[in-house]
Amino acid sequence: MRIERIAGKKETQATEEDYSLISEKILKYKGKTGITIPVLQTIQKAFGYLPKNILKQTSIDLRIPLNELYGVASFYSQFRFTPVGKNMIMVCKGTACHVKGAEKILDEISRKIGIKDGETSTDMEYTLEGVACIGCCALAPCITINNEVHGRLNTKSIDKIFKSKKAEGKNQ
Amino acid sequence: MNKEIKSSEILICCGTGCVSAKADKILEKFKQDTKGKKIKVKPTGCHGFCQQGPLVITEPDGILYSRATTEDVNEIINSHIENNVPVERLFYTDPQTGEKIPHYKNIQFYKEQQRVILRNCGHINPEDINEYVKSGGYRAIKKALLDLNPEKVLKMIKDSCLRGLGGAGFHTGLKWEFCFNAKGDEKYIICNGDEGDPGSFQDRSVFEGDPHSVLEGIIIAGTTIGAKKGFIYVRAEYPLAVKRLKIAIDQARKKGFLGKNIFDSKIDFDLEIFQGAGAFVCGEETALIASIEGQRGMPRRRPPFPANSGLWGKPTLINNVKTYASISNIINNGVEWFTKMGTDNSKGTAIFSLTGEVANCGLVEVPMGRTLREIIFGIGGGTTDNKKFKAVQIGGPSGGCLPDSLLDLPVDFDSLKEAGAMMGSGGMVVMDESTCMVDVSKYFLDFTQKESCGKCTFCRVGTKRMLEILVRITEGEGTEEDLSILEELAKSIKNNSLCGLGQTAPNPVLTTIKYFRDEYIAHVVDKKCPAKVCKKLLTYTIIPEKCTGCVVCAKNCPSNCITGERKEVHFINQDDCIKCGICYDRCKFEAIHVE
Repeated sequence: MRIERIAGKKETQATEEDYSLISEKILKYKGKTGITIPVLQTIQKAFGYLPKNILKQTSIDLRIPLNELYGVASFYSQFRFTPVGKNMIMVCKGTACHVKGAEKILDEISRKIGIKDGETSTDMEYTLEGVACIGCCALAPCITINNEVHGRLNTKSIDKIFKSKKAEGKNQ
Repeated sequence: MNKEIKSSEILICCGTGCVSAKADKILEKFKQDTKGKKIKVKPTGCHGFCQQGPLVITEPDGILYSRATTEDVNEIINSHIENNVPVERLFYTDPQTGEKIPHYKNIQFYKEQQRVILRNCGHINPEDINEYVKSGGYRAIKKALLDLNPEKVLKMIKDSCLRGLGGAGFHTGLKWEFCFNAKGDEKYIICNGDEGDPGSFQDRSVFEGDPHSVLEGIIIAGTTIGAKKGFIYVRAEYPLAVKRLKIAIDQARKKGFLGKNIFDSKIDFDLEIFQGAGAFVCGEETALIASIEGQRGMPRRRPPFPANSGLWGKPTLINNVKTYASISNIINNGVEWFTKMGTDNSKGTAIFSLTGEVANCGLVEVPMGRTLREIIFGIGGGTTDNKKFKAVQIGGPSGGCLPDSLLDLPVDFDSLKEAGAMMGSGGMVVMDESTCMVDVSKYFLDFTQKESCGKCTFCRVGTKRMLEILVRITEGEGTEEDLSILEELAKSIKNNSLCGLGQTAPNPVLTTIKYFRDEYIAHVVDKKCPAKVCKKLLTYTIIPEKCTGCVVCAKNCPSNCITGERKEVHFINQDDCIKCGICYDRCKFEAIHVE
């Protein structure tokens, strides 16, 4: 069931975020109907996830019960309750990628950066997530790192990608 | 080649597939390098042949350059554009004959297609409304508003026998009529673009390549049934589609095609984009409506159907993206033209995203009734590397896997259903001998099980139990009795679920048991995976005669279970082997044996 994939994830330390950054955008929705999803999307766009304190304040300001906000947010896979790492790695698990070995790719990346599907590394460097389909089936198997697509992968090319990523990190 | 025709336009495919392969950088370089020259450079939507992307096409001579890179830009401009000598090196090469083919119209992939809904995709700039108008766009809505009346439009759609291209194949005309006759002055239109099926990208390609054709269809539908407001529901995972739709809606508003008093007809109609938040079940119409209303996307019981009580309890017409994109064609070209295409019960064309182990991946549009063989081996060019074809999966998680004995099945709504699959969203994933059918059915069930909204017990608990059995089978713990339990569970889930998700979730399992029973038997009786996919059933060993002792496998083994000195035969310690297959991938001497 849909709720399981959220309950199963390890909680990482969530921080208090500044509500004043988005209060203006949130208040624009006041009094309108059918706003729950756009409001949640606005919050996530600003902070990368849905911080607890922001949800609480939003609930008060828009007069939507907090349980309703949580109910809707936990239903849709787009929303997260924990912060994400600096590098967001999404491994496509669409049918075409699956047939072409996505599982192997996910395992290999997971070993490389030492976190499992759905987790964020403790140094907040990486978040790894298997996703349904990113729609580049002709490039299967593929992954995205911070929205940049890397396609036609095998275990060897992953080596290369992460070697250059690490070098990049050292230079910064 | 005709030397007379000069190219005056360079089209760069900027669909998601090609952009992923850096088409945006190529476009930029072309724009930069042609500054001050009499040549038009423009981005287009998906041209279809994603396998060969990034695609660069020159018009009007119709030459296609495949797998272009930024380094090729200079050569194309200098040789082809300036001196009229096309760059042969970048032509598409037919994998069967080795022949280089300059014109895309002569490539087998395009030759056997009939592009009606996708007519503009890859040919016009989707971010420019004038190009759509120039290609005959927004003529149908003018005709519908000024020359016809709602009753006449309704009759045309009904007579055309157009069926919903979202997968279920309900008659579009009937749906429109229900909504037209529904009482109430406030009505809504929804365009269902929640393409959640893994492995299909047709809706997205239409949005990205020809957004105005969808808008035109929606406006015609809205003015026909008497709605004033419409919603386009798009997945938030499709940022490019959202961006292009926003541009299209803005441009249409500025032209007076949307908003108040459209086309000076005193009719108001406006559109809004709603971004979904990632839930497969929201492709179901009542769940989608709940989602727009701001609730958890859970389906509800029908009747009442949305045509009578939909969004906020008002009559609502909800159709798929491709259905709307078909409307203007029918109005422009007439019912007779449309009904000439297709089979007795399924008229018109169907779009498939052909992917998986097939030589030519991409977007394919053919008239209904073409056989699977024609699509996969004709247009698709057969399997990758000519491996043995095993199955084709149609319709995503709701569809089924069909074996080679059904390759001559004509593809339409009814024949697919009979075979145990369904049209679904039109994903067509080709599988060869390296795909394990038990693993595939486990994969789909894992997907539907996670996406089940949890409302109906059979779907919520039943799919979980089925998945557990399948996991057991792939781990070598299954029994023959499990197969009959799977079939029994599948039947109950199909009969006792409220919406399409549950009713079709067992299809992949049922079709694989029906057509590939021997593979299940191999897993449960022999404890072997013939396709060598199911990890727990595999053993990796080193063939002593072939091993040269190059130490590559030992160096790369993540669990350090391979031992051996340089230039000596290596050994895999089975107790520590995690069966990742890296040694198999890396060995250059084919010295790793898998069983």
